[in-house]
Amino acid sequence: MTVRIDTALALHLGLIALLLALHFAAPDYHHANLAKIMVLAVYAMGYNIAYGYTGLLSLGHALFFAAGLYGAAMAITVGGVPAGPALIAGMAAGGIVAAAVGLLALRTTGVAFMIVTLMFAQAGYLTILYLGQWTRGDEGIVIAQGLRHIGALDLTDEGPRYLAALALFTAGLLVNLWLVRSPFGRVMVAMRENEDRARMLGYNPFQVKLVALAISGLYAGAAGAAYAVMFGYVGASLASVQYSILPLLWVLLGGAGTVAGPFLGVLVMFYLIYYAGTLTSATLLVVGVALVALVLFAPKGILGAVRERLLKWLP
Amino acid sequence: MDFGPFLLLALIEGLVTSAVLALTAVGLSLTFGIMRVVNVAHGEFFMLGAVSAWFVTSWLPVPPALAFAAALLLCPLFVGVVAVLADMLILKRLNYQPEATIVATIGVLYILQQAALTVFGPDARPVAAPFNFRIQFPWFGYSGYKLAVIVAAAAVLAGVWLLLTRTKIGLVMRATQIDRDTARAFGINVDRVYAGVFGLGAALAAIAAVLIVPIQQAHYLMGADPLLLSFIVVIIGGLGSLRGTLVAALLIGLSDGVISTFFAPTLAKIIATLLVALVLVFRPQGLFGKPAL
Amino acid sequence: MAALSLLEARGLTRHFGGLKAVDGVDFDLAQGEIHALIGPNGAGKTTFVGLLSGRIPAQAGRIRFAGRDITRLPAHQRVRCGIAYTFQITQVFSRLTVFDNVALAVQGRGVAKRLARETRAALMRVGMHDHADQVAGTLSYGHQRLLEIAMGLALHPKLLILDEPTQGLANAEIDAFKRLVEGLAPDATVLLIEHNMGVVMDLAHRITVLNFGQVLATGTPGEIRANRAVQAAYLGG
Repeated sequence: MTVRIDTALALHLGLIALLLALHFAAPDYHHANLAKIMVLAVYAMGYNIAYGYTGLLSLGHALFFAAGLYGAAMAITVGGVPAGPALIAGMAAGGIVAAAVGLLALRTTGVAFMIVTLMFAQAGYLTILYLGQWTRGDEGIVIAQGLRHIGALDLTDEGPRYLAALALFTAGLLVNLWLVRSPFGRVMVAMRENEDRARMLGYNPFQVKLVALAISGLYAGAAGAAYAVMFGYVGASLASVQYSILPLLWVLLGGAGTVAGPFLGVLVMFYLIYYAGTLTSATLLVVGVALVALVLFAPKGILGAVRERLLKWLP
Repeated sequence: MDFGPFLLLALIEGLVTSAVLALTAVGLSLTFGIMRVVNVAHGEFFMLGAVSAWFVTSWLPVPPALAFAAALLLCPLFVGVVAVLADMLILKRLNYQPEATIVATIGVLYILQQAALTVFGPDARPVAAPFNFRIQFPWFGYSGYKLAVIVAAAAVLAGVWLLLTRTKIGLVMRATQIDRDTARAFGINVDRVYAGVFGLGAALAAIAAVLIVPIQQAHYLMGADPLLLSFIVVIIGGLGSLRGTLVAALLIGLSDGVISTFFAPTLAKIIATLLVALVLVFRPQGLFGKPAL
Repeated sequence: MAALSLLEARGLTRHFGGLKAVDGVDFDLAQGEIHALIGPNGAGKTTFVGLLSGRIPAQAGRIRFAGRDITRLPAHQRVRCGIAYTFQITQVFSRLTVFDNVALAVQGRGVAKRLARETRAALMRVGMHDHADQVAGTLSYGHQRLLEIAMGLALHPKLLILDEPTQGLANAEIDAFKRLVEGLAPDATVLLIEHNMGVVMDLAHRITVLNFGQVLATGTPGEIRANRAVQAAYLGG
């Protein structure tokens, strides 16, 4: 038996190694940015599992992200739970909310699915405002610095925070890679490509999509919880419709249905807005123009185009 | 005030809401019904109507009533042209593929919102009503302008109705709605019909906005509520008939007034959004016709 | 014939508006037979197998399969019971590789460890093992039909329903196909919708003729050839 080098795995491990190297090499400002980018990339990876691989175009992922944010933040501030278990709680909240939404929304497809998920997320956002007594609405919850540590790891400090973000990102990326190359990943793609055919191979589309959406929700929840614990702030604006659109944008930009695409999408968008921000204050304009330009000219995104032309084996 | 007059007041307020909502929703319903496009930027066309009304009324050096009349004419035209451009430059190139069009209209939403913020600024600005008189009921006085809004909206809706049912343009639109390819085979310029319908839909939202802006100030974020409410109306009313949209607008407009007197507005919105989601889940044929065999 | 019954349908009915696509059909399949379903265009053949496979819900009647009532079972569960359906219009996953297409059929049986081996075996059976890494959409039409059949076989069905499998195939490909189907019986039962009478007469043990949604005749190829009603409705006319 010959030993086959797993090129795809090596490539993704290379990305992680690069990010680890940047922990030591990156200037302070970019070091801080990268920590945030990695956390948001986990959110985008979750979105990609639903949209890029399973073909579920959700406009309501902010709800699952918010479940993670508030699940973790309120576990800490209201429940008095330490940050570590609160992260788990936030992740679970994301998965549970996604599964609950899926039970209803997955009875629809296409445009109706988009509107239903949008409406559920909007209802969730409004609920956060309505329950301002506990959630503190727009003003948001600030988690005290003393509470933001996991064991000896102080997440208010730049260094440990970067490493924690990298650990989460690494776990997310490798699980993502394993998932899409697993038999279940193949079934997810089958749902995206041709649901009717997949059904006639014995797969229950509703069940497969529900599991995929729940996994997607776990990612969104984990990212939300990590965001809360690492950056110490949770506000209603993070649950608004814009936070449902952003992961779609990131995934479209980086390349839907590619493992590293979501990270690339967040990275490029982050710096695009940053540099556009030095020219104008019109960040929304950048988002809007990017959305229109992507669907018009580059529907496959960066890594999608790379895969098509150069690396056909890219997962 | 006794309960009777109180109810009457709530009803009239509800009718004003219904009238404006009906105009906006009919615009959304037309674009979905004929083009099968879910226009997420519809609320921004509404906002654009209101904001441009502020520019027209504050810059035209004529008496307020005349300036307002000019706004009522120019703003829908302007918004219609913007929409036609969006259709020709973006939606047409996407071949109206449903999911791509939604993503693209989300992009348009952000672009319009940011443009309004840049040009108009972050403040809410009032537009003067063209006339001010109160109609005195036995129990309370009521703004004559608000009553005029109801009349004007009804007139525009009647015009749309006539356009669709009694004119050749309406016939062409309905033919395109039923079967785009057959319509094309019969020599109908489908591209032009689509651009026209998208423009008309946006212009209706703009008319609604110009009518409402003396009551509710112009603001660059004001598009969200009309979008949500129009969605509710269109989904609950079911598509295909203007009648369903009108009935639903009346229903939602009236109940909105009543509900918001008894519930907090946020709670009312939560209930409304959940209602839309559940209607779509359990009665999708209301929105998308009969499922194909 | 003393063969065990694999499937029995009684009073199976499906109307579309005023059209009686399938109208009170009684139908039996014996274990291990190759059964052909023929009839003029619009006779209700595809609707009928749609009812058997669960793609279309029946309005009346009941279906027993392998001793179990499956009338209310959704399509994907019928597949797990052993009914495989290959599409009339080829519906392979055109952006996936040939291997992935067949692997999707294999892995549903829960054979994680033998997945690669069994997938290659299914491809070998239709002679497509050399194409494993090719993207399915780039295959020739004939190969796509074969892939479709490989996916059906890979499900290890008790009953394989083939909807017009030879349509669009060249003569040499049809001969290979016939040998393939002959090799399936008696382990699997085959129900075949087919327009090519040569294929039907060579392959089928029994034939059922549908006309206007009803069974016109059932019998051996010889009996069907001799049946006057069939001649009038179909073969002769």
